Amino acid sequence: MKKFFKSALARGLLWQLIGSLLGAGFVTGIRAVMGLDPLGRFGFSEPAWVFGGLVGTLAFLAGNGVASDWAKWARGIPTHDHHEDPSGWEKFINVSLDHKVIGIQYTLTALIVLGLGGTFAMIFRTELAASGLQFLNGTQYNTMMGLHGIVMIVAILLGIAGMMNYLVPLLIGAADMAFPRLNAFSFWITIPAAIWLVSSLFLGGFDTGWTGYPPLSARAPVGMQMFFLAVFVVGWSSILGGLNLLVTVARMRARGMTSFRLPIFVWASIATSLISLTATQLIGLSFQMVMFQRLFGMGFFDPAKGGNPVLFQHLFWFYSHPAVYVFILPGLGIISELLPVFVRKPLFGYRWVAMSSLGIALVGFLVWAHHMFTSGMNEYLRVPFMYSTLLVAVPTGVKFFSWVATIWGGKIEVPTPMLFVLGGVVVFLMGGLTGPPNATVSTDLHLHDTYFIVGHFHDTMFGGFVFPFFAALYYWFPKATGRRMNEFLGKLHFWLMTPSFLVMTFGMMRIGLLGMRRRISDYDAALGFDTTHLVLTVAGFLIFTSVLIFVYNLFRSMKKGEVATGNLWNSRSPEWQVASPMPAHNYDRPFEVVGEPYDYGLPGSKFVEFANPKQ
Amino acid sequence: MLHFIIVGVLVIAMSILTYLGLTGIGLLPVQASAQAIPIDWMFDYQIMAMSFLFSLIVVPLIYSLIVFRRRKGDTTDAEHIEGNTPLEIIWTVIPLFAVITFAFMGAKSLGDTRRVDPQAMVINVTAQQFAFSFEYPDYGFTSKELYAPVNKQLLLKMTSLDVIHSFWVPEFRVKQDIVPGRFTEYRITPILEGVYKVRCAEVCGGGHAGMQSFVEIVSQGRFDDWVKEKQAEALAASQTPEDRGKLLSTSFGCFGCHSVDGSLLPNGGPSWLGLFGSETELEDGSTVLVDEAYITQSIMDPASQVVKGFSPMTFNGTDAGLTEADLADIIAYIKTLQ
Repeated sequence: MKKFFKSALARGLLWQLIGSLLGAGFVTGIRAVMGLDPLGRFGFSEPAWVFGGLVGTLAFLAGNGVASDWAKWARGIPTHDHHEDPSGWEKFINVSLDHKVIGIQYTLTALIVLGLGGTFAMIFRTELAASGLQFLNGTQYNTMMGLHGIVMIVAILLGIAGMMNYLVPLLIGAADMAFPRLNAFSFWITIPAAIWLVSSLFLGGFDTGWTGYPPLSARAPVGMQMFFLAVFVVGWSSILGGLNLLVTVARMRARGMTSFRLPIFVWASIATSLISLTATQLIGLSFQMVMFQRLFGMGFFDPAKGGNPVLFQHLFWFYSHPAVYVFILPGLGIISELLPVFVRKPLFGYRWVAMSSLGIALVGFLVWAHHMFTSGMNEYLRVPFMYSTLLVAVPTGVKFFSWVATIWGGKIEVPTPMLFVLGGVVVFLMGGLTGPPNATVSTDLHLHDTYFIVGHFHDTMFGGFVFPFFAALYYWFPKATGRRMNEFLGKLHFWLMTPSFLVMTFGMMRIGLLGMRRRISDYDAALGFDTTHLVLTVAGFLIFTSVLIFVYNLFRSMKKGEVATGNLWNSRSPEWQVASPMPAHNYDRPFEVVGEPYDYGLPGSKFVEFANPKQ
Repeated sequence: MLHFIIVGVLVIAMSILTYLGLTGIGLLPVQASAQAIPIDWMFDYQIMAMSFLFSLIVVPLIYSLIVFRRRKGDTTDAEHIEGNTPLEIIWTVIPLFAVITFAFMGAKSLGDTRRVDPQAMVINVTAQQFAFSFEYPDYGFTSKELYAPVNKQLLLKMTSLDVIHSFWVPEFRVKQDIVPGRFTEYRITPILEGVYKVRCAEVCGGGHAGMQSFVEIVSQGRFDDWVKEKQAEALAASQTPEDRGKLLSTSFGCFGCHSVDGSLLPNGGPSWLGLFGSETELEDGSTVLVDEAYITQSIMDPASQVVKGFSPMTFNGTDAGLTEADLADIIAYIKTLQ
């Protein structure tokens, strides 16, 4: 406990509280002087909450010391290149510049936020178990549902940042990320943002869902503003993280690691980072415009002032559609990375798989308006967006065919990580196959804003992120801790989660086709969906339970797991050629790439060769 | 080679079974509009493609897991196959043509849903939190329900008074958002008599789930009777201020949030039953008498007096263009609800 109160985390939180109060107090004072009503429905007035939130965020960063090296440089004071971390668990709640510590910080935060998002889902899923309003009212339901959406999105962004931070420098043989301080900054900025996100729950909530379409979002309670602020701030983390990763891969690869000898996960990370570096600005911008509409009366999206509500949707989806590829590409990279290890065969068509990630990322920029086929935008725009959207199926198909060809004729082993890889392939396939009907305008006119869409994207998010994320955790846990996770509990986790999940999404799609709308707190009993909804709720709780088993396994294995310091999975990848857990500054001897990454089955071949220690 | 033959046969069998299974369980609601026909035609091809692709991936996957499983004690690697460029080209080019074909079919079926009948009957739809209202300009009245004759194209000209809503009748398939500040168009040709429901499909606030109206498709004869009935009602209603007020309350959507039987609607406002002449407590703790002046101010400037326990009213009489005469009629109607 003492270690916690002395940590950078605790200091940051305290400063955030003080900073927010000062910022809010400042605005309240100005309002009082100007003769405006100084207070609002939730204590402070809305402008005071927003300004307080902004000041509080900056205060958090000032308080926890993540920017202190930069401040020193500005004043001409030299600093150490590296900061040595303490050896105990407290390094995870203090500022560290080590990419592995930051990766684990991201991952643990992702798991906490994932649990929070899951809890919101359990709450509103219970409400939906039967028709009629049980214990939530409409606005509370919408807030829970909107928070589930955005909290899960933040969890996914943190999760992929965790995987990329931990793995990419190890896979390319770098000692750290290109900008370690920027890396720490990108992580720590998400903490105040997460707090503002949850604070919206106590400030009247927001009844718009995570998409925050105006004019509805221009009228929602103050919670809406805190939601906008939080997403705006999380966006900084994505942009800076993407930049950092691209520079790291461009500049810090080991000798001999040419473009087509990069581990496939690195290719996926490049594709993802390109999107998050260049598209995230648009969601920040669209939310900022609504914030300004509310705060300063700028009528960007207010028809009464000549604004255009549909414009918001264009700006919003210009990020938010490519964002789904940000969520899934690293996961698909994990699938491609792990399959060869467990089937003992090279990745089939390595170059095609690598290029398909880039293909998805680039085509992904041209498809945003498929979310708007019914929105009232120009009718003739719908057809070109249908063509571009359906094109995404081509590079995605290349991945599937290459995976099947990789597995075909292999010598397949199925420990827990491989189970999750295979689960990911099947679940993502369900998501992929249910995509084209949404991309085709005529069928989308029926499907848009129904539970079919809900089922479809849960399949893509689970297949593209959740399953591969768990696979990665089971797979690299020994690398981080020197122990392996319990196989029995891992398999229990899988066999509880997968069937429940498939039942849940099939059920969603079924009632969606029959007329179940999205984002509704209640449904007409006459539709006859009560039984299906009950099944969906039970399935949801089973998934939640399986994740609890995972969390138990994770913490238990940290102390009691079977010791595994060697090349546990018999992989060719460089990080497994050295003992686990990984030392603080990665490889004590540099390596050179001398072969292809996935040449399993080629006798005498090697991917990397370590330099002679005494040279 | 044998492996490929077995898998090929299994893929075909699985595709057919999946397709028959999916179409057999009845995936879609009844087809109640002419526009549903091209859309369901498109769905059918998509289900075919899905069944085939599902089998194409899942069958070899499961087959491999069974047949190519590592034998106990075997620690060697599998055969070193790096890839096959012609194969990669094939599974890039064929899907490319397939998606272009599907996009073309999608555009064609979209075109079919947009066929214009110049004789279409125009109905003006106004959406607001949380109600639809339907104005029949040819007949000069407004209804809470959409009532229409079968086999005749309807042209719905839709707009919203507040936030974005969406018009969706699952049996008609087509969906169209309703945007404030502009008119969107919805063309539909009902082909099956029956009672359906239009439900708002774009989240529009706390009461979104309950935003719905009946859609009744009837024979031309019954429709003509209904029109006469409604016209007589409208004529009778325009005689007294109370009846005019009731009519105005319908067309301005007041009943989306206010009941007249004392109940509270989800995310709505106070019931109008017994409202006039009562004392009500405001958010700031003060108490006011509900009289003409109070009701007028509440409608024309809703944020100025918020009743304790409720959110400010989303309807704004000034913005909606309510005249003084309208207000007097509505207040006269509220007075009758005791």
